[in-house]
Amino acid sequence: MIWNEKYECMDNESKKELQLRRLQNIVKFVYENVQFYKRHFDDVRVKPEDIQELKDIEKLPFTSKTDLRETYPFAMFAVDDDKIVEIHTSSGTTGKPTVSGYTEKDINIWAEIIARAIIMAGGENNDIIQNCYGYGLFTGGFGIHHGGRKVGATVIPISAGNTKRQIEVMVDFKSTILTCTPSYALYLSEFLEKEGYTSADINLKAGLFGAEMWTEEMRKDLEDRFNIHALNIYGLTEIMGPGVAQECLFKNGLHISEDHFYPEIIDPDTLEVLEDGEKGELVLTTITREGMPIIRFRTKDLTSLNREKCECGRTTVRMSRITGRTDDMLKIRGVMIFPSQIERTLLKIDGLTPNYQIVVTREGNLDELEVKVETTPKIFSDKIKELEEFENKVAKRIHKEVGLRVNVTLVEPNNLPRSEGKAIRVTDERNLN
Amino acid sequence: MIKQLSIFIENKEGRLKKAINSLSTADINIRALSIADTSKFGILRLIVQDTAKAKGVLEENNFIVKETDVLAVEIPDEPTGLNEILNILDKSKINLEYLYAFVSKKTDQAIVIIRVENVEEGIKALNEGNANLLSQKDIETF
Repeated sequence: MIWNEKYECMDNESKKELQLRRLQNIVKFVYENVQFYKRHFDDVRVKPEDIQELKDIEKLPFTSKTDLRETYPFAMFAVDDDKIVEIHTSSGTTGKPTVSGYTEKDINIWAEIIARAIIMAGGENNDIIQNCYGYGLFTGGFGIHHGGRKVGATVIPISAGNTKRQIEVMVDFKSTILTCTPSYALYLSEFLEKEGYTSADINLKAGLFGAEMWTEEMRKDLEDRFNIHALNIYGLTEIMGPGVAQECLFKNGLHISEDHFYPEIIDPDTLEVLEDGEKGELVLTTITREGMPIIRFRTKDLTSLNREKCECGRTTVRMSRITGRTDDMLKIRGVMIFPSQIERTLLKIDGLTPNYQIVVTREGNLDELEVKVETTPKIFSDKIKELEEFENKVAKRIHKEVGLRVNVTLVEPNNLPRSEGKAIRVTDERNLN
Repeated sequence: MIKQLSIFIENKEGRLKKAINSLSTADINIRALSIADTSKFGILRLIVQDTAKAKGVLEENNFIVKETDVLAVEIPDEPTGLNEILNILDKSKINLEYLYAFVSKKTDQAIVIIRVENVEEGIKALNEGNANLLSQKDIETF
């Protein structure tokens, strides 16, 4: 099933034509209505009329997260305050939160792209969506809610937390679609198991998992545990929220709703636009949003684009699963590593869960990397020697995969720190300033 | 042969206390205890009155628990007591993993908890050496 064939299966020429027209409109609109953009475009001497073809977008300056902080709270809004009907913000864990304002039309676009995502995941109007994304300033809860309503599905606005209640609802209400972070999904499945339930007791068929990075190995794990399709959903507060891109059942990249968001991939160092297939930083431009249009936003997420037609019939460009962020790349003793590399390694080891934490410290001038993994009944032995051997085995595997000597420490389960349902994977205790 | 509980203890403030506290709240009496530790983690080993109940309580409190078979031997509480038992095991080439001891108030004997690699062979050797092996029931009523 495809929610909006007209826009999801457009031929290439019409799509480009539509994108160009919308890009020209939005550039003119922000130039006239947002001081920040007028100033920035004037700085590089670009006028809205200079956008003659899609490639001309490269003449425009980027928008960064810092720009959004500096215009806090409302200076990026392009419409009068009375036209803004909803506001969300980022979590603000790294400073002032970034604010996102929506007009009625924007909310409709958001609902539309989430509706596409739900249908892409095999959803229908008779589905029961257990929405465990947080309701509140976080975009996850309300985004899924708006879209679920649009599809005509039943949305259970259970929000994040209270795991016992989640399980009760999942079993009693026979939820068919689960929406949450992948780490919370894993936690739920562990809890289900602990309470004595099996996948036969639940009615789930798909999960829309996002808001944090995860791996193919974790997908397999979640699919086995729940007997579902575990699918990637992507989005970000600055651009709209979840639904900017979504995986279909072929699980071969996330379909970007290109009629609303124009993607580019750049080299994060040279800032040059890269070819399709090349891996780099994702840059997004909202081409239909009116409350807070964003031009060339640097997402810091690393991915690549694939324009081949998908087996599902959609022609929208697909981005590969996010494999890292330019800002969570760790440089340890000169070696570049991403937490996802560690996760992949851990999931290949029998008995380990995807719950892990990376702690970076510096002793003298030397970086030390500690990987904390959870002890499970399968791993636990009464013999110190065997536990130490296990720690060494894991350390060796990580060394082999990422080329770095690390210390592995076994910890008790369920102690991983969390923030708003998102697992905190990396603690960098080095004082690099 | 008796049952011992082994509990994984993370090297973090308050974890040992939490384990002991959950048992005391559930009114479970600890008969004997030993802690093995490294710089990173520890293993708490316990002999309790009601092994199944204790295991359940600890698991409810999110501890990783394992049941292990160990041997309990009664020895005279005097300088040669332990030495004799070790001689028996040594002669039969039984590999010793670890041991710990406690004294009972009810008798003037000491009790040694022994973990060997092969429990059956250990029992056989100790019986042949006329050691006084205790049963689960003996331990519970001490």
